[in-house]
Amino acid sequence: MNETPTHGPIVVLSGGLSHERDVSLRSGRRVAQALRDQGRDVVESDIGADLIELLRSLDNPVAFPLLHGGVGEDGGLQQVLSLLDVPYVGSEPSACRRSFNKAVGGPLIERAGLSRPRMAALPHDMFRELGAQAIMAALGERLGFPLIVKPARGGSALGCSKVDAPAGLAAAMVQAYSYGELAVVEEFIEGTEVAVTVVELDGEQIALPAVEIRPNSGIYDYTARYTAGETRFIVPATLGATAAKACADMAIGAHRVFGLRDLSRADIIVRPDGTPVFIETNVAPGMTETSLMPQAVEAAGYDFGLLCAQLVDNAWARHVTSA
Amino acid sequence: MRQSGAVSLPEPSRRDTRLDPYIDAYAERTHGLTVSAVRALFAVANRPEVVSLAGGMPNIADLPREALGRAVDRLIAERGTQAMQYGSGQGEPFMREKIVEVMAEEQIHAHADDIVVSCGSQQALDLVTRVFCDPGDVVLAEGPSYVGALGTFRAYQCQIVHVAMDDAGIDPVALRGALVSLKAAGKRVKFLYTIPNFQNPTGVTQTVERRRAIIEVAKEHDLLIIEDNPYGLLTLDAEPLPALRSMDADNVIYLGSFSKIFAPGYRVGWALAPHAVREKLVLTQEAATLCPPVFSQFAIATYLDEFDWRAQITIYRDMYRERRDAMLQGLTEHMLPGSTWTHPDGGFFVWVTLPEGLDSQAMLPRAVTARVAYTPGTAFYADGLGSRNMRLSFCFPTPERIYEGTRRLGEVLEQELEMHRTFGLGDEPTRHLDLSTGPAPDIS
Repeated sequence: MNETPTHGPIVVLSGGLSHERDVSLRSGRRVAQALRDQGRDVVESDIGADLIELLRSLDNPVAFPLLHGGVGEDGGLQQVLSLLDVPYVGSEPSACRRSFNKAVGGPLIERAGLSRPRMAALPHDMFRELGAQAIMAALGERLGFPLIVKPARGGSALGCSKVDAPAGLAAAMVQAYSYGELAVVEEFIEGTEVAVTVVELDGEQIALPAVEIRPNSGIYDYTARYTAGETRFIVPATLGATAAKACADMAIGAHRVFGLRDLSRADIIVRPDGTPVFIETNVAPGMTETSLMPQAVEAAGYDFGLLCAQLVDNAWARHVTSA
Repeated sequence: MRQSGAVSLPEPSRRDTRLDPYIDAYAERTHGLTVSAVRALFAVANRPEVVSLAGGMPNIADLPREALGRAVDRLIAERGTQAMQYGSGQGEPFMREKIVEVMAEEQIHAHADDIVVSCGSQQALDLVTRVFCDPGDVVLAEGPSYVGALGTFRAYQCQIVHVAMDDAGIDPVALRGALVSLKAAGKRVKFLYTIPNFQNPTGVTQTVERRRAIIEVAKEHDLLIIEDNPYGLLTLDAEPLPALRSMDADNVIYLGSFSKIFAPGYRVGWALAPHAVREKLVLTQEAATLCPPVFSQFAIATYLDEFDWRAQITIYRDMYRERRDAMLQGLTEHMLPGSTWTHPDGGFFVWVTLPEGLDSQAMLPRAVTARVAYTPGTAFYADGLGSRNMRLSFCFPTPERIYEGTRRLGEVLEQELEMHRTFGLGDEPTRHLDLSTGPAPDIS
């Protein structure tokens, strides 16, 4: 913990051209400031065409990717960092892909014995070629209503709809496809919404206390996520001890199944009977003032800046060891 | 950092928070102030890869910046102790004299005593609304209207009632009808807010006949008119039309601005108001800011004194005309059949109406992915209208980028339409305002 860092500047990567640019910039600013408060040398980069030049111009940089959705979480950015031999906080490209691609990750989750909603991930071409009405009818029969429709490459609930009846499915699909070419349709799970952050410290995977999410409007949409006051957060969640442990085990289980590294955040819904259902894992969790991971970090008694600094040190140590 | 390093964490004490300790202390008028997904998407529009047809930023690249810099240097050296001091709540007398000169360009004959300088005309509108409106009072505005004005009216908890308009401006018959029915319903109508020239967001200009008719209806019903005229001198095809204030000095509060004819960063605008109102505006201004930006007033007065500001407006007109033409050309070539748009004679904006079924707000993420941005029409209505509309601004990007933006927009519309066809959408009628009957004329 107290060793003098031997790496060069920490490059906090955020922004970019994703629909979550604004959230990403806010996450980046918060992490950058927290690292500076720890006395670390930080460069903030709104990623674009000059990123590679920037990384090559620095001595021994360590990257801290905070791009949400898209290239930030599908392994694309991590692949570029690996190519440049720049160590970075977070998971390797293949692990990101397993987590991000539900068609690949879903069976892994099931094989590990973790409960998840019934779902289908479908490109929009499929609807055009095979007939949208027939596919939507099949989705309704298979998954039932209500169901959740969301873009596959996205986050912050952008383009996400809860559909209560068949009549609303087409509009929800069009909305999801306005964010990308792949959409996910999944069974709606009634229950308590919680998020469990996993961090790796000193070689151990630690599940932080579950954060329970209670949006004032009943829907944890973009406004509820990023407007202070619009959502009530309870940490640790008001789960019984058994359910709380099941959630922690599920988050760590998903982290391991996907082969994730350093940090992840599992979104889970706990059914009224206390059974957790795995929704998804984020490899670049939000770090804004209203985000879930910083609240879990604080509740666990960690210092946010110190935790970020240790994750950077871990990334650098891996790099040195593998060199 | 936690000291123990143990894997199993002790159960911490429970924290129950909404992350805002003041959540129950805010005034009622702030309750709607939340972040939105649409606003978040605009964050992408600021990137250089994106052709942003969304914002209304003037293009001030053609200003003589070096000469302006020297003039400001002299100002600081010779009059800095005055220019950087507090000033009059009403605005500096020399500034108000200059504003009289500027307004004369639009046939407004005014006295400097009746002018209140403000921090942009946006603040003048805020002051006027603060002076006149109690919660629940009705403000009439064109439908659609300037989003910043709607925000001000909402902040004072006004009820916004839109008045129908067409390609000649506000419909006087609709205005009269609204006044009659609102009064019958016991509502207090405080004023009509209107942008007669190159209206934001439609680009429509009220004809002289309409102006007369609107003034007539206002007189019949003792209705105060707030005339907001930021773009009036940026006429691209003809001479400026007479301002409403020039036709009725007693019943019109006129709002002006240097943001479009000089530069917005100085934040200097003004209100020209009847004497009694002006007194209240000055006292309100003093309570709000003590005085409008003094240094900016000195700098602008220096500019008006030492530079040929009328010639600069001509330069602006030529520059914006080229951009406007690029946009109309691009729309003609790239818009979906069934789309229509306005043909503004000045200002910054074109108002597009999409084919039936398309929703401009819903397809904004697709547009952002395609690296083009616009403002969805719903932003300009207080009542949910405008889903088939979008505002395109031609003020800031180069003509080449504007043309490219319309090309990208055309592709986005085709993709969106295909998606609607795939899923069997597109038959649902949506509420919108179509101000144009066909594609742009041949402007080549």
